[in-house]
Amino acid sequence: MRELNKELYRKLYLVRRAEEKICVHYPEDDMKTPMHMSFGEEAVVVGVCHALGDAGQVFGTYRSHAAFIAKTEDTDEFFSELYAKETSSLKGKGGSMHLCSPRHGFMGTSAIVASHLSVAAGAAFANKRQKNGKIVAAFFGDGAVDEGVFWESLNAACLMKLPVIFVCEDNGFAVHTPATARRGYASLPRVVSTFDCHVFESDSTDVEVVHALAADALQRMRKEEKPCFMNLKYYRYLEHVGINYDFEAGYRPRNEFEQWYEKDPVRVQRAKLLRLGVGEDELLRIEAEVDAKVSRSVALAQQAPLSHCSEAHNGVFKCDR
Amino acid sequence: MPKMNMVQAINLALKEEMERDPDVVLLGEDVGKNGGVFRITEGLHSLFGAERVMDTPLAESGLVGAAIGMAVYGLKPVAEIQFMGFIYPAVDQIFSHAARIRSRSRGRFTCPLVIRTPYGVGIKSPELHSESSEALFCHMPGIKVVVPSSPFAAKGLLTSAIRDPDPVLFLESTRLYRLVKEEVPEGEYTLPLGKARVVQEGKEITVIAWGSMLHKALQAVDGYDAEVIDPMTLRPFDEETILSSVKKTGRVVIIQEAPKTGGFGAELSATIAEDAMLHLKGPVLRVAGCDAALPLARLEDAYMPSVERMRRAFDGIMKY
Ligand SMILES: Cc1ncc(C[n+]2csc(CCOP(=O)(O)OP(=O)(O)O)c2C)c(N)n1
Ligand SMILES: [Mg+2]
Repeated sequence: MRELNKELYRKLYLVRRAEEKICVHYPEDDMKTPMHMSFGEEAVVVGVCHALGDAGQVFGTYRSHAAFIAKTEDTDEFFSELYAKETSSLKGKGGSMHLCSPRHGFMGTSAIVASHLSVAAGAAFANKRQKNGKIVAAFFGDGAVDEGVFWESLNAACLMKLPVIFVCEDNGFAVHTPATARRGYASLPRVVSTFDCHVFESDSTDVEVVHALAADALQRMRKEEKPCFMNLKYYRYLEHVGINYDFEAGYRPRNEFEQWYEKDPVRVQRAKLLRLGVGEDELLRIEAEVDAKVSRSVALAQQAPLSHCSEAHNGVFKCDR
Repeated sequence: MPKMNMVQAINLALKEEMERDPDVVLLGEDVGKNGGVFRITEGLHSLFGAERVMDTPLAESGLVGAAIGMAVYGLKPVAEIQFMGFIYPAVDQIFSHAARIRSRSRGRFTCPLVIRTPYGVGIKSPELHSESSEALFCHMPGIKVVVPSSPFAAKGLLTSAIRDPDPVLFLESTRLYRLVKEEVPEGEYTLPLGKARVVQEGKEITVIAWGSMLHKALQAVDGYDAEVIDPMTLRPFDEETILSSVKKTGRVVIIQEAPKTGGFGAELSATIAEDAMLHLKGPVLRVAGCDAALPLARLEDAYMPSVERMRRAFDGIMKY
């Protein structure tokens, strides 16, 4: 248990650290890509991705820094793409919103809300047909369920009993508009539970709790093959897009944030490890390793040459280089 | 007369039309209380209330479809799509219903709908946040496509678009939103749809450009005797103004931000070839974006038509 908790902490801290680095360097204006930050959702994403394991496949959104890092730990690729460098396998054609790394099972993200959900269901179908045992986790926001394609995908996945987990990263807002102003029903999990799937809910920022829930979901899926739906609440710390707080905008009060920040996922997990008897020095060692890894990735990305301008034309069809 | 940027001019056009006509309603994602992603509808929710300025669920097909219903059955909706790249879920509704209801009902139903959306580069974002797929919509009979290139034009054209009895896609260059300020009259004026503007007269080359490309083109023509035309409405476009300029200069360079293949420039070029062939002193040239998805902003300059590329085209056509 202690080892698991340490590992979960390391991943949480890695995600947090990488995003903090973005906040430091973004104002230099060398990362020319809009940033939808994951601050606040680390436990939700790390919990699910860790339970899914290396063999699982993840689909994400424009807000998938956390998912990319939790699944791949490839901060070199992450930063080189944010800086649009030649060393990135995406060559600056994706940026923050279109990350992907198939070799790590990170299958891609979409900037078009909900549009990836049907694709994720299709991937689950392919996995099922190939009998490779892979499970797909598709992350999306609470706003995405407003789109028809969410319901189309959920329906098809339930009908075909596809091995896919739909993970709603529920921060209660689509940009500035709260769920209550967008929904003609009270409880999303209750509506979804009328479909033929397993439904799970949590508002915990304790990564261990989310991890256990996801592990349970995976087990239930293995026993009785049908999709899962997880509604995981968290609080988005920063503005919808960008690296700043936005409480002065008036659509949500700062004290809401303060209440959630009391149970910040990174702090909660750190305190837990101390309680479990992990020494402060050991935590500092884990953190120092992560810090060094992230700093190295940022430095490498900064030093690498810009992606060649011919990339603007390339990659449309196979005959291109 | 007050000086305004395009955001303010569009906001004012909406406000004045809403004051004039109680059937005008606004709807879209975050357009209400919060005034929209680009703050275009700022203040209108508190002026006109939630019944006329509606925050919709995050669902483009649903919101555009509902706007079509409102338009056909008595209202004059102005729907906002947050970025042009997000309009695709609603294309089904636009192509299947808005574009055809007049023809399908032999004019017994009409669809006085405006869909406003920012298009093109401007926020340093790749792909779908920088889309300029105007040609797609120009291709579909039954939809008008309007692209203002200045605050003054934006207000006059949007007012006409709202009053127009047919569906209008109103494309607002993201880059231009806050780039230029100019004098914009308060109170009513309109610019007719389907009418181009000769921005600058000249004798040797006709340069056609719209939206944000117009501004780059105006930089590029410095030192050339060029006539610069802003079509303002792409569908239906002003053949007369364009052809009479071409007949005068005999040389044409068309500039578009969108990918080259199948772009609106191709349509202009074909029309010129059909109707002014014997006046041409050389081929109609296009300076366009790449036939690829737009990359990150650091590669944007390689993708976008630059002043240098435009001048190369001018020099090339002058040598003919
Ligand atoms: C189809 C589509 N419509 C609108 C947008 C603009 N947009 C980007 S994120 C967003 C809100 C999404 O909210 P939610 O799904 O809850 O995710 P969150 O940003 O809260 O993580 C909107 C409206 C988009 N990207 N795609
Ligand atoms: Mg949300």
